[in-house]
Amino acid sequence: MLDVGRHPKINVLAYSEVVDFNGEIGNFNVKVRRKPRYIDASRCTACGACAEKCPTKVPNEFNFGFDDRKAIYKDYAQGIPSVFTIDPDHCKVILGGKCGVCQKVCQAKAVDYEQKESFVDLNVASVIVSTGYELFDATQIPEYGYGRMPNVISSLEMERLLSAGGPTRGHLSRPSVIYGEKRLKELPKLIKKAEKDQKEDQKQILEQEMKRIEEQVHKYHTAKKLAFIQCVGSRDFRFHKYCSNYCCMHSIKEAIIAREHEHETESYIFYMDLRTVGKGFEEYKVRGAEVSGLKYIRGRVAEILQDEEMNPVVYYEDTEKRQVVGMTFDMVILANACSPSKGIRNISELLGLELDENQFVRTSPNNPLDTNVPGIFSCGCAQGPLDIPESVAQASSAAARAAEVVMTEGLPIAV
Amino acid sequence: MKNSAQDDVRVGVFICDCGSNIAGYLEMKELVEFAKTLPNVAFVQENLYTCSEGGINEIKVAIPRENLNRVVVASCTPRTHEPLFMSACEEAGLNPYLFEMANIRDQCSWVHMREREAGTNRAKVQIAMAVAKAAKLRELNRIQLSLSHRAMVIGGGVAGMSAALALANMGYEVDLVEKRDRLGGILNDLNMILPTHEPPDKLVNNLVGRLQDHPKVAIHTGAVVTKTEGYVGNYVATIQHNDTENKIKCGAVIVAIGAQPLKPEGLYNYDGNKVITHIELESKLKLGDVQAKNISIIQCVGSRSKERTYCSRICCMTAVKNAILFKEASPDTKITIFYRDMQMYGVENEELFRKSKRLGVRYVTYDPDRPPRFDGESVSVYHLRMGRDMIVPTDLLVLSTPLVAQDDASEISTMLKVPINENGFFLEGHVKLKPLDFATDGVYLCGNARFPSTIREAISQGLGAASRAAGVLSKEALFTSGIVADINPDTCCGCLGCVAVCPYGAINFIENRGVCQVNKVLCKGCGGCAATCPSGSARLDGFSNQQIYAQIEQAMAV
Repeated sequence: MLDVGRHPKINVLAYSEVVDFNGEIGNFNVKVRRKPRYIDASRCTACGACAEKCPTKVPNEFNFGFDDRKAIYKDYAQGIPSVFTIDPDHCKVILGGKCGVCQKVCQAKAVDYEQKESFVDLNVASVIVSTGYELFDATQIPEYGYGRMPNVISSLEMERLLSAGGPTRGHLSRPSVIYGEKRLKELPKLIKKAEKDQKEDQKQILEQEMKRIEEQVHKYHTAKKLAFIQCVGSRDFRFHKYCSNYCCMHSIKEAIIAREHEHETESYIFYMDLRTVGKGFEEYKVRGAEVSGLKYIRGRVAEILQDEEMNPVVYYEDTEKRQVVGMTFDMVILANACSPSKGIRNISELLGLELDENQFVRTSPNNPLDTNVPGIFSCGCAQGPLDIPESVAQASSAAARAAEVVMTEGLPIAV
Repeated sequence: MKNSAQDDVRVGVFICDCGSNIAGYLEMKELVEFAKTLPNVAFVQENLYTCSEGGINEIKVAIPRENLNRVVVASCTPRTHEPLFMSACEEAGLNPYLFEMANIRDQCSWVHMREREAGTNRAKVQIAMAVAKAAKLRELNRIQLSLSHRAMVIGGGVAGMSAALALANMGYEVDLVEKRDRLGGILNDLNMILPTHEPPDKLVNNLVGRLQDHPKVAIHTGAVVTKTEGYVGNYVATIQHNDTENKIKCGAVIVAIGAQPLKPEGLYNYDGNKVITHIELESKLKLGDVQAKNISIIQCVGSRSKERTYCSRICCMTAVKNAILFKEASPDTKITIFYRDMQMYGVENEELFRKSKRLGVRYVTYDPDRPPRFDGESVSVYHLRMGRDMIVPTDLLVLSTPLVAQDDASEISTMLKVPINENGFFLEGHVKLKPLDFATDGVYLCGNARFPSTIREAISQGLGAASRAAGVLSKEALFTSGIVADINPDTCCGCLGCVAVCPYGAINFIENRGVCQVNKVLCKGCGGCAATCPSGSARLDGFSNQQIYAQIEQAMAV
């Protein structure tokens, strides 16, 4: 990412979208809308003084709401371009109120509340569509309780919890504890207010809540018994028939890292087939069992319930032992399917691209990067689920196809 | 201070506030005053942001005005900002290697946010260390080299052919070298490709035809590369064809030598007749030479085992493909696949998997600790779901064996000085971020030589390797970094310690002189050789012992 940001031949148009598109191979005209950041990107040095002083807190979507960010923000420190952005839906000034703190503290004079959207016209010979994927929304599977039970989380939420730069600094706290701790910070104020308003009943209820949460937080500080459920939304006729390719390895990786963080961690991976097809993957899986004590259980989970202490209880059929079992865990991590991105419809209509029956960009086995439009190529999860090495390899391949167009006068011949 | 001032050295120190990132936690005025007391320091300036246009300008103006011949910036991380400051020096006429950086943000103010005094003292030491090293810096130069814009692809399978065609289409001359007497690689041995439902000849002939017609491509079949000399941009390869040897010059090499199916000698009474491999099955199918009515297929024969730990990626889909083809040709054929995990990853494979089930292919999981047995008449296996043995009458047993490395993989690895892994597959520069590169510049890899891949993946990787190679071939000239190692031939004892540690294949042993020599084009300046050399003959420019000792002295002085 750093290399891309620094490369003299790469013009990064972040926080932007394609709004108009026409032309043909060798000569495409693209209109790009640049959304207003309300920050002069050429001045901002990303020092962060603005966000430190900004009084407006917003749930941080990058950390899936486990913590808050400010209304002037940057997803994470290493992001490219290294520039802050004002969130127009929450900034008091943009919403017509009074504040202006960030403008006052910005020594680089980069804040510009009056900034308007702008448009850039590009003329290019070739286009690569690499719009990625979206995480399958697991609330569509009610029997797994995602969204209802705090301690059932998605694979990417787990990723943030394990990250040293994440909301818990890499400590594997149960979400019920994270939410509880947040509530504990609010409660003393609410109790004081009830006291002031002489609402004795309410005060007592709040005090009981505080006691209950304190016990919870104390008892379950760290999630130590974990269940990973594979094929959540994949290989499922109700949602995606296909296999999402990378989730088996992703779960194994998360389980191994959880164990590295906390040596008592016990992880169970519930699967149909463990697909460890990449270079070194099978060896990694075996090491997961031998070194990190992962337990692989062949069986599809039927239902997840929750006990009184908010522990998820996983019901599954152990197909090797031929019995239905219920097992209690501290936390359940779902291996959400790789869903096509919602924005791909819009892009495909603009560019005239054909999508396949799953809504991925259509390519063919013998022309793995070519779309139906000559000169437009596609790589990565925009054309179907892929793991990192294959995505990186494909990106280079798409660059090769595009270079064939850019570097020669004639049209490239399809394979 | 131990270091006495050197008369001709004039160091300019620029100390950055980084907004409040540094200035918020350290006493900047104290740092400025301290820096002024250091030996050789001629000029000190505090900037709000040294990296801003204004800050860069102040460096550029101060160099001639204050007659500075060394520059130190105390600010953030060299990872992001060193190139910027170095180019500022260069633009002001100062050799960019006379620049040094002290990271007083990431390594000081951010770490010691609540220890103002101790943090400030620590930053002083960092600045003193940088100034002491700067005083000992010497001018270094980047060497410019010309290069050949031609490429050589070793291996004429689908990956190599795709790579060659892509490079030729980009306008580069390509030599495609194939050991066998015809292009196509392992595709020549296959019967049918799914999901396209095409005979492989169609794809092969298409690619071969376009390569043959392409004026930029020279095809060498029945030929092997016996020797390569040189380095990125300037290779000389010897290609042997029958009794004639040809030398060609090229700037980049792509390794696409493929892999071969394992012959399962000694497993399941393998005889090549009643018990065969998939590749043998494909040849039989091509000839229409299969009459069996009860076919059993066993997966993971010779793979995912102690001896061969990896999953060969493509055998499950091969088994499913052949099962589908059988079922389509004669629906009465009974087919049973014994497997551990069906590796039908992705969209197309999973679709084929479902199709095979619709057609009535039977799947039975087995436990690797209780593998299937074959007595010549039937396969028996412990059925995990039923909890007892099951017996499947079998008149043809097909073994899904993995792809294994080519016999000459190790030779080619030695010749090009690029590594292979414990299974003989070529080892990429980084498993995730550089799947088609080697650590050594100028050599790239794709297809089964890297790891078993589908045709789709092989085509894609071939194109990808071409694109990586074009990154070199498209350059007008190559530049070495200034920070490279050097070995003193007078004191080198030729122990080869440095050759063993160099990850980039950048050190050669000059046999007739008995000494090692650094190839400055390939050297990435990691310093492994300098740290290893027992005689102190290897040194890294920009990190000489003297320079490092000067830093250590300052660190210890407090």
